Amino acid sequence: MGSSSSSLNNVPDGQQLMQETGFSAAHLLRLYERFKFLDKDNRGHLRSEDFEAVPELSENPIGDRIVGAFFLPGQETVDFSSFVRVLAHFRPTEKNRTRAGAQPEPANSRNRKLKFAFRLYDRDRDGKISRTELLQVLREMLGMQVTEEQLQSIADRAIQEADLDKDDAISFDEFRKSLEKVNIDHKMSIRFLE
Amino acid sequence: MGPRWTSALLLCLLMVASSLANEAPAHETSASGGNQTSTGHGEAAPITTLPIVTWKWHHVSTPYLVALWILVSWLCKLVIEANHHVTTYIPESALLICLGFLLGGMIWGADKVQTFKLTPTVFFFYLLPQIILDSGYAMPNKLFFTNMGGILIHAIIGTCWNAATLGLSLWGCHKGGAMGDIDIGLLQYLLFGSLLAAVDPVAVIAVFEQVHVNEVLFIMVFGESLLNDGVTVVLFNVFDAFVSLGGGAIDAKEIVKGIISFFVVAFGGSLVGFVFGLLISLLTRCTKNIQIIEPGFIFVLGYLAYLTAEMLSLSAILSVMFCGMCCQKYINSNMDERSVQTVRSALKVFANGSETIIFVFLGISAIDKSIWVWNTGFILLTLFFILVYRFIGVFVLTWMMNRFRLVPISLVDQVIMGYGGLRGAVAYGLAVLLDETRIKEKNLMISTTLIVVYFTVIFQGITMKPLVQWLKVKRAALVELSLIEKVQNKVFDHALIAIEDISGQIGHNYMRDKWRNFEEKWMSWFLLKSSARKKQDRLFNVFHELNLQDAMEYVTEGERRGSLDFIRNENAFVDFKKKFDEDFAEAMPDIMADMIQFDGCNVVFLYRGDPVPSVSLEMHEQNLRGLRQAEEINAHHLLEQHLYKGRKQHRHKFSRSHFSINQDENEVQEIFQRTMRSRLESFKSGKMGVAPPKTITKHTKREQQPKMPNGKNRSYYSGDEDFEFSEGDSASGYDASFPTRVSYRTGAGIENPAFMPDVDPSSPMHIPPWLADAELEVSPVAPSQRAQVRLPWMPGHLHRLSSLRTSPRSGDSVQEGDEQLPPPPPPPPRHDRDDNHL
Repeated sequence: MGSSSSSLNNVPDGQQLMQETGFSAAHLLRLYERFKFLDKDNRGHLRSEDFEAVPELSENPIGDRIVGAFFLPGQETVDFSSFVRVLAHFRPTEKNRTRAGAQPEPANSRNRKLKFAFRLYDRDRDGKISRTELLQVLREMLGMQVTEEQLQSIADRAIQEADLDKDDAISFDEFRKSLEKVNIDHKMSIRFLE
Repeated sequence: MGPRWTSALLLCLLMVASSLANEAPAHETSASGGNQTSTGHGEAAPITTLPIVTWKWHHVSTPYLVALWILVSWLCKLVIEANHHVTTYIPESALLICLGFLLGGMIWGADKVQTFKLTPTVFFFYLLPQIILDSGYAMPNKLFFTNMGGILIHAIIGTCWNAATLGLSLWGCHKGGAMGDIDIGLLQYLLFGSLLAAVDPVAVIAVFEQVHVNEVLFIMVFGESLLNDGVTVVLFNVFDAFVSLGGGAIDAKEIVKGIISFFVVAFGGSLVGFVFGLLISLLTRCTKNIQIIEPGFIFVLGYLAYLTAEMLSLSAILSVMFCGMCCQKYINSNMDERSVQTVRSALKVFANGSETIIFVFLGISAIDKSIWVWNTGFILLTLFFILVYRFIGVFVLTWMMNRFRLVPISLVDQVIMGYGGLRGAVAYGLAVLLDETRIKEKNLMISTTLIVVYFTVIFQGITMKPLVQWLKVKRAALVELSLIEKVQNKVFDHALIAIEDISGQIGHNYMRDKWRNFEEKWMSWFLLKSSARKKQDRLFNVFHELNLQDAMEYVTEGERRGSLDFIRNENAFVDFKKKFDEDFAEAMPDIMADMIQFDGCNVVFLYRGDPVPSVSLEMHEQNLRGLRQAEEINAHHLLEQHLYKGRKQHRHKFSRSHFSINQDENEVQEIFQRTMRSRLESFKSGKMGVAPPKTITKHTKREQQPKMPNGKNRSYYSGDEDFEFSEGDSASGYDASFPTRVSYRTGAGIENPAFMPDVDPSSPMHIPPWLADAELEVSPVAPSQRAQVRLPWMPGHLHRLSSLRTSPRSGDSVQEGDEQLPPPPPPPPRHDRDDNHL
């Protein structure tokens, strides 16, 4: 414990981030290593070019959306603490929520995970997934496989399924309702190595 | 009362059948005894006269008995399934075994010896392969590979643990004197332990399919039961060899060889299966011209995979399982949809059928005095150790595994995993295979194995359901298929991969992504038809499936109401989420009826259909899909019945290689002429202000009324009682009713100005003919306008679907009558007569 906490001192805001995100010291250390690795020029923050340098990410159809999620609106760079805060969304939910009591809502709660997913669609941040936005995601994911016409009908149909108030867009509430039966914790968690 | 009678009747039938089967051996023995004499007699005394019939039992006896037994076992299942209140408490497998006891008793009573037994040859060569092939083919691959680690640990380490501890503990108890005087050495105990170690796939499927536990739990137990075959075979062979070598000859070298042979057997078997899977996939790439037998390849090659592995002394079960798992994706997209259905249902028939036979015969085999050797200590201790060590093994292994799992397996699930360690026919088959000369107590082992099998399948099977309920084990949720969910799942997948990439973890998603890229780049290119490659996406398939479902629901709804008229209502809105309740739907027709009168009202239209659930476990999905399929066929059948009945029925021409129906030129002409005539008649009567001939509508009305959901007889529909657009009174009173057919008519030489005004050459093809017909009675809108109105998800938009694969023929048969008519025939003389009447 002593050794890990001493090395935690190297990590900026280490203790606070541990408190906030629920990552352990070992997690944070590892993530900090990764952060420094991505940050080629040692600026202390990442720019979108740094993300693009990850080779696999360029193959990911919605890679730039994910990268976009790291950046707060209007900002060009990501520092370590916001990097970790974003990743914290993907931490598996613990069964015993002892720590969660103190804070309003941990980043790995179901609601926050969903919100994160929702923002991946909602690029103009108006709180709604419009038909165009959905269509864009679909186009990125399905790409060559289907024709534009079919894409449109898929988008139409998906919106109709979720759209309860008939405004031709999916609000967050509708989004949450439509995914009620999905085990978000399974689907939006990865195992962070220590 | 009804079901009880039928079941009683069935029981009688069963008795008769089984007694017939019982007599069979008696006949056979007497026949084989008297065989010589009779044939000798035949030869000695040349026939004096031509025998009209001769009794040739021995000629057919073997296949006859096989067929009879299959029939009897399946009848057993029928009887059991007819009593639903029993099967909810007692699993089918247990009941089948009990019926097997009964049948065995009858045979014993008749013959005083057990003539029928489950022999290892029959079991391993003819009954087991199809069950495993089916489970491989229906395996939810993603789920399986996600949990692969856990499954492997349980299958390999768990099975070894079971075998070793059981053998050693029994040996220890033997030394302690708990079993009296029996002649079993340490190696033989280990051999016995290894044959009882494996959880049995057949028993597990049978019990777990009825309990519907959550998918992770199911795949853990089921996957383990399939994969541990490799281990069992190796352990069994190794110890069998050790027993014959004798204790002295075993040294480190032999043990190392045993360990190596495990890897060879397991991976070799999987490899054989993999190769055969690729072979099947490749073959289905080029079976376009022999579609009728392409499903056969899967069965034949699957069986060959099994036999090949067996021949090379590799794990046959692993082989056929991997064969099924590898080829499922490719053959499903390569083959015609019909062939896929055939493969699915035929595999189910085989698998379910042989499962039934296995359980019945497990019961029958017990009624045999010659195998029963009782040794209370041995038997009870075996039972006890099996149960205890299974639990210990599961708990320890899961505890280790949970430290590495994203979602740990809960304690409750572990209990069920432990309790689900059912032993079955594989163990029995192996026990019978034991060599009596080397193992003196073979019969004791067989009877113990049987007891273990009965205990686990019957007792644990019966208590499984209450236990699952009592422990509140998470069940498999019935999920409605929804597109948004699938979209979202895909987004999640990609997001996880991206996050793993960014945070530099190499986890599950990373591996999966790598595999998928490889698979998309090479395997799909190599194994898929170019046309099938495009339709690969799961999302797209879901979309397609949903659309098909909707189309079918339209048709069904149309039938229920007597016409597809409702679709044409421009403001009609279809509620796809089916949010409203059934009772609301009951009131709907009335509302509909009122609203139809005022054209343009906002009609919210509901589906009557049950929400179609889809479970993520393919195995369950299969049943549901089957159900849906049945519905589809039903609707289709109804449609055909209602549409057109020519004098000459549409008869399926018999063909060995095609399904197509009669498309005889003459017949099509006949349809056309009859349609025309009835149209003209109704037109005539309409013009003269006379009601259309009653005789035509009568029959449909009678059929119609009982179908109305609320039992009211009020006809809520404006004028189009008759769904048959081609016949009857659909045209009652309107002259402009057939915009799409104008061209034929002019060609047919009928000069009637009343038909002319609606000609619009550009649009009509977009309107399905049923729309075109019905539309005009309520709102005489020009078809060209109608065609342009965008209704979301209305069949008016079916042209959207038509770019997808709309192979089910529901739409075709409707349209065939009109759109695909050949150029109009020369005017028949009768038409002239009709014209004269005008």
